Amino acid sequence: MGIVTLYLSVIVLLPLAAVFAKAGDNGLSAAWDVITSKEALATLKLTLVVSLIVTAINGVFGTIIAWVLVRDRFRGKGPLNAIIDLPFALPTIVAGLTLLTLYGPKGPFGFSVAYTRIGVAVALLFVTLPFVVRSVQPVMMELDPDAEEAAASLGAGSFTIFRRVILPSLLPAILGGMALAFARAIGEFGSVVLISGNLPFKTEVASVFIFGQIESGGVSGAAAVSVVLLLLALVILTVFNGLSRWSLRHAR
Amino acid sequence: MIEVRDVTKHYNGFTALEGVSLHVPAGSLTALLGPSGSGKSTLLRVIAGLESPDGGQVLIDDDDATAVPPRRRGVGFVFQHYAPFKHMTVRSNIAFGLKVRKRPKAEIRERVDELLALVHLEGWANRYPAQLSGGQRQRMALARALAVQPRVLLLDEPFGALDAQVREELRIWLRRLHDEVHVTTVFVTHDQEEAMDVAEQVAVINEGRIEQIGSPRELYESPANAFVMEFVGPVTRLGDDEVVRPHDVSIETEPVSGGREALVKRVAHLSFEVRVELALDDGRDIWVQLTRAQAEELELEPGHIVWVRPMAGRLAAAV
Amino acid sequence: MPANRRTRIGLRTVALGYLGLLLAFPVAFVFYRTFENGLGAIWDALTTPNAIHALELTLIMVAVAVPLNTAFGVLAALVIVRGRMPGRGFINAIIDLPFAISPVVVGLALFLLYGRQGWFGSWFLDQGIQIIFSTPGMILATVFVSLPFVVREVIPVLREIGTTQEEAASTLGASPWQTFWRVTLPAIRWGVAYGVVLTTARALGEFGAVSVVSGKILGETDTLPLYVEQRFQAFDLTGAYAASALLAAIALATLLLMTKLKPREAET
Repeated sequence: MGIVTLYLSVIVLLPLAAVFAKAGDNGLSAAWDVITSKEALATLKLTLVVSLIVTAINGVFGTIIAWVLVRDRFRGKGPLNAIIDLPFALPTIVAGLTLLTLYGPKGPFGFSVAYTRIGVAVALLFVTLPFVVRSVQPVMMELDPDAEEAAASLGAGSFTIFRRVILPSLLPAILGGMALAFARAIGEFGSVVLISGNLPFKTEVASVFIFGQIESGGVSGAAAVSVVLLLLALVILTVFNGLSRWSLRHAR
Repeated sequence: MIEVRDVTKHYNGFTALEGVSLHVPAGSLTALLGPSGSGKSTLLRVIAGLESPDGGQVLIDDDDATAVPPRRRGVGFVFQHYAPFKHMTVRSNIAFGLKVRKRPKAEIRERVDELLALVHLEGWANRYPAQLSGGQRQRMALARALAVQPRVLLLDEPFGALDAQVREELRIWLRRLHDEVHVTTVFVTHDQEEAMDVAEQVAVINEGRIEQIGSPRELYESPANAFVMEFVGPVTRLGDDEVVRPHDVSIETEPVSGGREALVKRVAHLSFEVRVELALDDGRDIWVQLTRAQAEELELEPGHIVWVRPMAGRLAAAV
Repeated sequence: MPANRRTRIGLRTVALGYLGLLLAFPVAFVFYRTFENGLGAIWDALTTPNAIHALELTLIMVAVAVPLNTAFGVLAALVIVRGRMPGRGFINAIIDLPFAISPVVVGLALFLLYGRQGWFGSWFLDQGIQIIFSTPGMILATVFVSLPFVVREVIPVLREIGTTQEEAASTLGASPWQTFWRVTLPAIRWGVAYGVVLTTARALGEFGAVSVVSGKILGETDTLPLYVEQRFQAFDLTGAYAASALLAAIALATLLLMTKLKPREAET
């Protein structure tokens, strides 16, 4: 027990404490100035908005994919199941380069999403894809078909069955997966860095801003924005997990 | 032998065992009998050292084992769900205790072969527990426990997870094993038939307290209280504090002193007994067991009014 | 749900289409681009001194981070599942932190602790140990981000197997260490294996945190992922693709291992 605590403290807690400490280094007002600087605000806003959108999109698609993986039957389902984890296994920088290659200026398509917010979104979609799928899959596998069959025998159409019978049971898992996806999205760095071009006020995300601040010596500012990011993650995670628990109670 | 002295065990405000004392003679076969939640498993685990008592002592063969960890107590323990080492073969399972004591390979091999023969699992030595049936797994668990020649053998509802026929077979088998091996054995069960059938001595436990300890016959014929009486065999409740065996009730067609009026509701002729279901004057339903001769003589029909009373000298203590 | 055929096909198309556009095509296309110039070019790109050094450095990261986090992971899982002292829930929550923190913030945190002006930085420098802009710092970053995996995978397995096997071992005379080694560890081995694979993948691919901490000194503090970026910024696309393809190949091998191990873990 002691070893565990020591290890955690040294590796995780101490570094985090340093960040919080540094944020207030030059005084709270200086920290506030950095945070509310135009550039910082722009990155925070962009990060927040894109992350929420991406989380929502993957919430929907993740559920669909989970449904297909659990309920559908076709050749190649096995490899498909495996490939879902690719964003977990692939280094983020490689993911970024990969997306840039196909959807960037040198790609086979006429268009390019490089240097655009769409590009940022695509990168975040990539890295957050598995969260909802993997969260929903096990729950979907446990679903009792009896309830659905009963509803069908009572005359309910497919969509109604989905909406009233299946969805409530899945909602906690979907929301839980979305929480994880969101946490990942707002902090994402490697996959975004290449495709976005990091244009300030346009495609610069919070993590890139922080990185820039570190490199240019504005370490306290970097720490301040980091704290905002951490608190943001905490708040949204609490909200999502709260929603997840709420829906769990209502599912019964 | 095992000596339990005044053992108490609490969990979070709940009292599992209260002042429990028990003497298990060396080489005997004792059953701890009681309903779910009575504390019988807890008591067994305290004897094994898997739980520590909050008060009291446990002595094994005259040594105070109260503070001794399980691995040094010399107890063999058989779990309800066998607790097989799933990643080891049957042979390795049985050999475990010996390997852990670093016995020489040849000795281990010999002993395991001996035990495999004892429990009739010779051909299964190299299989895995998953490939065995429930009954076989339990025999493996027993062999494993016996391998290190424990001073005491403890079994926690050993047949609980098996189906009826296997249970019966293993019951007989356990008795025979005990006759051969003569290890002081204690087993826990909620099945009174099993306890009465197998054990030499039965301790009835309820709500953390020992109600009675005695031979099966003693328990049946001289129960210490109504709980024991009800638990150990069928009872007919004639009143709030009158409990009697269904075959110790006499039915009279004329009013008698000490008798209660009752209405015959049903007469069922079962194979070797006749079961008469009656309604007492206070609305309570009871049943009485008669021999065929007795039933013939009374010629009872549903709707008859009769008087029931306990036969002379056959009552339990007040509730 | 008794979905009719049309719905089924529709959903399948949506799912496959999405996955194709997002995952499959991009990866396939990178391999295509990589091999476009022939195997010789790839080999040359991967065998430059800098590339080899990057690969070595990456392997060092993995060789240190994975065993450390595996040992920690098993220990922490035991504490959380089998332990009885208070504070377990706290530890459980802390372990999830690396998932929620941006890699850049991780790098910043380490920089603040062990950099020249950091809390401990000057002490270490006086001893002649450089942490930031050098290998130890990068190792710390890698350990941080790959911390949770083994713990997370082992905890449910430990819960699943319960304590009876361990109790049995104890009654048979096994010491706590013998019990752990002969009974517990084998019982959780697939969970540990799966966790190790995930940890390795994460350690291999970490970019953001190591980026901050390394100073990106080419030939000295570049891991393979950093090397990819470096080559890209230097307009050496061939080099970037070659390194990427190598990492992607490792990733696919990781996926394969994960697929093989997952069912073993589940049947524990």
